Amino acid sequence: MMRSTETAEANAARARWMGVLARATRDELESAWSTLAERPSYDMLRRPETGLVMVRGRAGGTGNPFNLGEMTVTRCAVRLPDGTTGTSYAAGRDQRKAELAAVFDALMQTGERMRIESGVITPIARRQQTDRDLKSRKAAATKVEFFTMVRGDNPK
Amino acid sequence: MYVAVKGGERAILNSHELIAETRRGDTSVPEVSTRQISEQLGLAVDRVMAEGSIYDRDLAALAVKQAQGDLVEAIFLLRAYRTTLPRLAVSEPVDTAQMLVRRRVSAAYKDIPGGQVLGPTYDYTHRLLDFALAAEEGVGEPEAPVGEAPLDAGMPHVADILDYEGLIEPEIPDEDASEPFDLTREPMSFPADRDQRLQNLARGDEGFVLALGYSTQRGFGGTHPFAGEIRMGEVSVEIVPEELGFAIDIGDVVVSECHMINQFEGSAERPPQFTRGYGLSFGHNERKVMAMALVDRALRAREFGEAAVYPAQDEEFVLYHADNVEAAGFVSHLKLPHYVDFQAELGLIRKLRREFEERQQKDAAE
Repeated sequence: MMRSTETAEANAARARWMGVLARATRDELESAWSTLAERPSYDMLRRPETGLVMVRGRAGGTGNPFNLGEMTVTRCAVRLPDGTTGTSYAAGRDQRKAELAAVFDALMQTGERMRIESGVITPIARRQQTDRDLKSRKAAATKVEFFTMVRGDNPK
Repeated sequence: MYVAVKGGERAILNSHELIAETRRGDTSVPEVSTRQISEQLGLAVDRVMAEGSIYDRDLAALAVKQAQGDLVEAIFLLRAYRTTLPRLAVSEPVDTAQMLVRRRVSAAYKDIPGGQVLGPTYDYTHRLLDFALAAEEGVGEPEAPVGEAPLDAGMPHVADILDYEGLIEPEIPDEDASEPFDLTREPMSFPADRDQRLQNLARGDEGFVLALGYSTQRGFGGTHPFAGEIRMGEVSVEIVPEELGFAIDIGDVVVSECHMINQFEGSAERPPQFTRGYGLSFGHNERKVMAMALVDRALRAREFGEAAVYPAQDEEFVLYHADNVEAAGFVSHLKLPHYVDFQAELGLIRKLRREFEERQQKDAAE
């Protein structure tokens, strides 16, 4: 029981950084890679491969699933010399980005984790959150502020 | 007798060269880049992604450029490209309640949790040509105002409000439902369930779906709708790769969604309730999802025991004709050489004419 909770937590943590890596730009990953103090060698378990994911929606937003349409996705799997494997799935067709994302996923499962988290994952995640906030705040600026017109009580 | 027709090769090759030159246009004008198309003709790209049924802005922009802006041709190009790619996974259903909302309006309620958010819309523009856009110096770098705080994270659907009171038919997944129908792998089949119909409409031709939706408003299958909610923004796409066994995000897609609230159904056992029509599409395609929601409701006639007497309620009519790649293909095939068929028709009509004239001469003689 204890073990399955630990696994679930480990998976959730890994899912979080994999999501950050999937949404990173190639430039971000490339520059993080080039500034790494020690760049490990790695083998390709699965060379970068581009394919499709069928995206599903739900009828009425909450009902039975249906197939909405496909999107492009690129995946990759690598193995570090110590045997740790890293995997990536990222929207789009950028194979180099998928490769780097897989390498960082592998490194995040090694003793390098703290360093990669603070040096790579956190800054990219912060940039992504800033972008989301800015989009949302621009939308928020178009929010309608209704006021009720009551005779003799118009807003000043 | 079979007559081989040759001699078209040179003409075809030269026509390829001519289309390349025509597409490029006046070479004293700078060539447009796919990046410019993706950024500055974004709604054309959105339509091509929705009906081409592949979410990939770069590919769709390339298709728009290659097709010289002919969107139906661009959609065809994207569909053809699709066949070159393997399918790696199927996503979990996207959760539109968790959307990063860029636009969200309701015509049914004024005050809704999260508010009425107009977002980037042409609705309140004057529809007067803006010659500033044609000015030599361009538009510069317009900057939109930034609100003090982001919108509420996770905006509930307006339909949930009615659902809470039990005033609208519930929309909950059927645990026993089989895998959703997939038009890219199975041929159309009838009677069609809602999953097949929604997939067909989501990739269906906007013009066709719009006209059908319009027909229901004009009395050809009345649906008496209210736009309960229209929203547009980013949703994350989640898959569960087999080798991992847990869900991961692969990125975000922009989708548009429309909930139409329609007039009541009820029976001796069931209290009267509003009914739903639903539209969902890749990209910013508001007109499309509104029309889709109207047609979705019209196509549910059988489910509600309504007589399906109008075109928009006839699922075979709608589903068989909604796809513009198929439609354009069949109409366009008439351009292909039909020389032999036509010779046969010519022979037949000459014979009929001869017989007719002979009959007339005979009648005149008598």
